[in-house]
Amino acid sequence: MSKAQEHNKAKKYGMVIDLDKCTGCGACMVACMAENNVPFKKDESDKLLSITWMKVYKLTNGKDFPDADICYLPRPCQHCEGQHSGHSPCVSVCPATATDYSTDTGIVSQIYTRCFGCRYCMAACPYHARHFNWWDPVWPAGMEKMLSPDVSVRMRGIVEKCSFCFHRYQRAKDKAYMEDRRELEEHEYQTACTQACPAGAIIFGDLNNPDHEVHKIAQPDPGHHGRPKNPNAFRLLERLGTNPKVYYLSSREWVRKAGDNYLKTEKINKH
Amino acid sequence: MDSALIPKGVQRCSLGKFTLFIGAVSAVLLWGVYAMLLCWLKGLNQTNMNDYYGFALWIWADLAVIALGGGAFFTGFLRYIVGKNELKNIINYAVLIGFICYSSALLILAIDIGQPLRGWFIFWHANVHSMLTEVAFCLSCYFGVLTIEYIPLVLENRQLNKVPFFHNLAHNMHEVMAVFAATGAFLSFFHQGSLGGVAGVLFGRPFAYREGVFIWPWTFFLFTWSAAAYGPCFTLSLTKLLEKVSGKKLVKDNVVELLAKISGWMIITYIIAKIADTWYWAAVTAPEGGFTLMDFYSNNPLYGIWILVLEIVIGGIIPGLILITETGRKNKFLLITAIILACIGVSVNRWVMVLQVMAVPVMSFDIWAMYIPSWQEVATTILPVAYGVILVALSYRYLPIFPQERELNPITD
Ligand code: SF4
Ligand code: SF4
Repeated sequence: MSKAQEHNKAKKYGMVIDLDKCTGCGACMVACMAENNVPFKKDESDKLLSITWMKVYKLTNGKDFPDADICYLPRPCQHCEGQHSGHSPCVSVCPATATDYSTDTGIVSQIYTRCFGCRYCMAACPYHARHFNWWDPVWPAGMEKMLSPDVSVRMRGIVEKCSFCFHRYQRAKDKAYMEDRRELEEHEYQTACTQACPAGAIIFGDLNNPDHEVHKIAQPDPGHHGRPKNPNAFRLLERLGTNPKVYYLSSREWVRKAGDNYLKTEKINKH
Repeated sequence: MDSALIPKGVQRCSLGKFTLFIGAVSAVLLWGVYAMLLCWLKGLNQTNMNDYYGFALWIWADLAVIALGGGAFFTGFLRYIVGKNELKNIINYAVLIGFICYSSALLILAIDIGQPLRGWFIFWHANVHSMLTEVAFCLSCYFGVLTIEYIPLVLENRQLNKVPFFHNLAHNMHEVMAVFAATGAFLSFFHQGSLGGVAGVLFGRPFAYREGVFIWPWTFFLFTWSAAAYGPCFTLSLTKLLEKVSGKKLVKDNVVELLAKISGWMIITYIIAKIADTWYWAAVTAPEGGFTLMDFYSNNPLYGIWILVLEIVIGGIIPGLILITETGRKNKFLLITAIILACIGVSVNRWVMVLQVMAVPVMSFDIWAMYIPSWQEVATTILPVAYGVILVALSYRYLPIFPQERELNPITD
């Protein structure tokens, strides 16, 4: 492949989350909120109204002591690709093209100024990764000074979600451009949650790049819409055909099994 | 006092009584308007919707009125395209109901997005792959068609009709009405279908997802079919209601029976298709997603298998069977039971395709979320009903909606 072709090769940014390492500390959630100016309410007790671009779920194996086991599962937007490029559940339904799939980066974007709040995309997303701004964002006095200037705040009445910290990608690209480079190093573009995770459970990179960690761990199978070849890796709701770019890793079978729904009579179908 | 406006040869209640009635309904309407303004000025936090129930009461109401309003396009289709001439005696009322239903649907959508000022984005940034885009375009166009169908009726008001221009306009519009009826039927076939497609294409939601042909899931066709089947029942039930309220017979039995018969056969054929669809979904589509039928109907306090029974048996098979038999249609009690059950049946279907879709957990560690609408949602849902009552009352009083009324109720002094 020529150098120019190499440069133009599409990226497919994705994530691997090692559930055996995740302690459920929630640092990813906090880092995400701070990084992306995610608004919060005075009373956050109703979680169905909370905006959580990154949300940590607690899973249990449903067994009693001493066999009881738990697992924490962080859930960002899965940046689904669908069965053909861009046929993500949410992108395909948005009537105003306010959410889009980038074939250059594999990132599902959200264009706040175009969204008019029909919430159809929320109905389409089985991961509850999308959140509606039921209220206008109000920051405690003084806190607005701490907001990131790289990320716009969102008004009431529109939907938002994790962007894989896209502004960081833009920043890294700008820097590379100024240094007369076309390609980014793996470490140059990392999401806030990846950097904040104290256990190193989250890894981020280009799934198309064989040198990147995410590619090495997940071993996406191009013949099967990126399904992981690593036997310990799985994607949430794999069989629905959403084709996500977030891979989970666990050595525990019950955890891998919790990633999907199976009929009682059915054997877990792995690779 | 307003007798000059009332069609010749028919009797209406006193203006005082009428005003009192309109006043009472207007109070309900204002309550709805107040709630609507709250939603627009303060935002959708006025509702009990949340991120699990992003589609809730309103969207159901929207889909339901559009299905029930389907009587307009289907009766128009039968009258103008198929040539069922008897239906000319009920088409005006069907058009009026359709007009009310569709204007209500547009109003509900404007409230539902919480920021109507951005509503035009759907046209401006249209994503042609989205079912909702098709709905928006067809809905707006069809509302235009219904308005065109309603205008000549308004122009037939006794005073307006005295103006030669209006008289000629109404006459000429009547002449070309078949064109509009055909356009309306065409638009309706599509947008009713797209509304079905809205849920059917959600491949991330195994409860809603259906296979189909090309880009159209089976729900696309089922929605069109059901609107055509059940819509006329709504027209008939409102006709019966108006007859009850006014204490007069307004439409001859043969007209009612003809529409009821066609509706009955449509319901029966629809329900066979619906059962086939449900069976295929339960046996093939849902298991492919890892679900059994009962996963969708258990482990929660509300969504039980009774919904399926209510929709298919009580709201489908029973009214269908009653309406296709002559004895059923001729028996007043059975006829009314059937048309009411039919309206319930199609409304339950739309309810399921909106709310249950959202309630069913998809991730294995997710929860069933329940939801109770806030008073603001209820008030804004009742708002179009109040508006509809007012428009029906005004139209009935001042316009010749029922051509057979004079003949059926001769004035004897
Ligand atoms: S996780 Fe949800 S919001 Fe994200 S791309 Fe997939 S469907 Fe869209
Ligand atoms: S809520 Fe916004 S992003 Fe979602 S489908 Fe509607 S317009 Fe598109």
